[in-house]
Amino acid sequence: MQQIIQDIESRFTITDKETRRNDLCFLTVDKLQAISLVTYLRDYQGYASLTLLTAVDWIEEGNFQLTYLLNNPSTRTEIGVRTMIDRENATMESTHHLWENIQTYQRELKEMFGIDFPGSPRIDEDFILEGWDNIPPYRRDFDTKKYSEETYFPRPGRETNDPSTYMKSKLYPND
Amino acid sequence: MDIKKIFQINNDRSSYPEIGEDGKPIIDLSSHKYVKIWQGPQHPGVTGNMALELTLSGDEIVESKTHVGYLHRGFEKLMERRKFIQCFPTCVRLCVAEPDPNEYLLATCVEELSGIEVPETAQWLRMLVLEMSRLQVLLRGVPGQAGTFALGLGYQWGSYIRDLILDRFEELTGGRVYHMYILPGGVRGLLPDGFKKRLEENLKLADEFVKNINDLMFNNIVFKKRAKGLGYIPKDYIDRYGVYGPAARAAGVMRDIRKTHPYLKYAELDFEPYTTTESDVYARSVVRWHDLKMTIDLIRQIMAKMPEKGEIKAPTPNVMHWRIPKGETYVKCESSRGEYGMYMVTDGSDTPRRVNLKGPSYTHANALLEKLLINANIADTAGIMVSLATCPPEIER
Repeated sequence: MQQIIQDIESRFTITDKETRRNDLCFLTVDKLQAISLVTYLRDYQGYASLTLLTAVDWIEEGNFQLTYLLNNPSTRTEIGVRTMIDRENATMESTHHLWENIQTYQRELKEMFGIDFPGSPRIDEDFILEGWDNIPPYRRDFDTKKYSEETYFPRPGRETNDPSTYMKSKLYPND
Repeated sequence: MDIKKIFQINNDRSSYPEIGEDGKPIIDLSSHKYVKIWQGPQHPGVTGNMALELTLSGDEIVESKTHVGYLHRGFEKLMERRKFIQCFPTCVRLCVAEPDPNEYLLATCVEELSGIEVPETAQWLRMLVLEMSRLQVLLRGVPGQAGTFALGLGYQWGSYIRDLILDRFEELTGGRVYHMYILPGGVRGLLPDGFKKRLEENLKLADEFVKNINDLMFNNIVFKKRAKGLGYIPKDYIDRYGVYGPAARAAGVMRDIRKTHPYLKYAELDFEPYTTTESDVYARSVVRWHDLKMTIDLIRQIMAKMPEKGEIKAPTPNVMHWRIPKGETYVKCESSRGEYGMYMVTDGSDTPRRVNLKGPSYTHANALLEKLLINANIADTAGIMVSLATCPPEIER
């Protein structure tokens, strides 16, 4: 693992490095180098399997962190490639040419975080949400509590009853 | 009168769908050569609430699209508002059929990020619970495959023994389906008196079930005829499409986290996951049947080797005021469906910054299933889908 990291450091500009376990480390690279690093790991270092692609919203810094977690089945190690993208103009190069399964992750990120991957197949099709017209719900500034209070409760025509009084009125209507 | 002329039936389907310049089939519904139907979200032939939008030419599928969203409750987002201990009731519901790997992963993420060592007895107890969980899934999962070809008897047999295993869960944890037995630092309690004896009685019934299901399914001509050669997954799909667990092992690729990345005390157990190379629905059923046998054996090994008494929980801070240092990690375990992982990012506060669950169904039910269904017969849709063990809640989270 250390050898591979040294090799990567000689080829790419790694701005941050975090070794979590002997078999897991996270590397941060610039947005422009991220796809090259992911491709290099897949094609030359045996990290052929994509474990996941996800995003973290660092709203205070105005960034989204994208994490490509890659697995090498022969060395049994994992490398997480992290890159920061601007929150206001959230666009990233698509990697659907590398893995067939990544387009689902990209579709989900577009819907949930509003991160666009131009050219990715079916990127504009709804994945989980249908007819969503609010800000992307997994962004930190989307308030789930406020949304549910405004959308679901209290609904017009819906009554709230105190259970004991209600049961009493049903069981003993004449009292 | 020629019926083919009336209904304009063309038996030769080799000419369509025509392939366009972009390599995709040209499907014009107004040509009357195709029909679009939905399988799901309420359908006995789908695994949970998801839908397949199928375009058919005769009874042959030419295009398939997976639709999810019927179960979305935003669990990952909800966890960002909750303290770490409050995430447990939410996270177990990420997969209804097999909730224990979820609580194990969440607890392990928290332990790893805050540097807590789990006592040895607790590790054995965690392993026992995870294997019991796998057993209760496979007791219905193995015969469930035959159910997709209208052979529902095995599923009834399996459900009875699964209920007995759920009795043991109730005895140990207080809950039948959702247990929340695994907590950060360890587990909630030791085994009750006489638990091993009662579990052994259930395992004897499971042994008998393993033998019976072999006779019922794998010697059944209908099951053989329909499952052999169906839903073939080439070996080069494993990394491209993200194929895990029994589906990868049926293609001859060893993917079992218990063996490749031993966690808890799996390195101290003697087992060898079964692999084969046929890679069709029949092969995947056989792999799962061997998994069922192996799980029963593993539970017996764990019961024989685990310490009777000992520390079951490492000291942890007050859970309502627990702040975890900034960091991120990814932990994984082997569920009955394959690699099951959780990615957690913390920012030093008392709630997680981000939790992301990675289940095998995410890739199996989307990219892989959409590919495998092309050119399949519509009657085989359920068979292919169940063979991939897709679980919609872990896709939508």
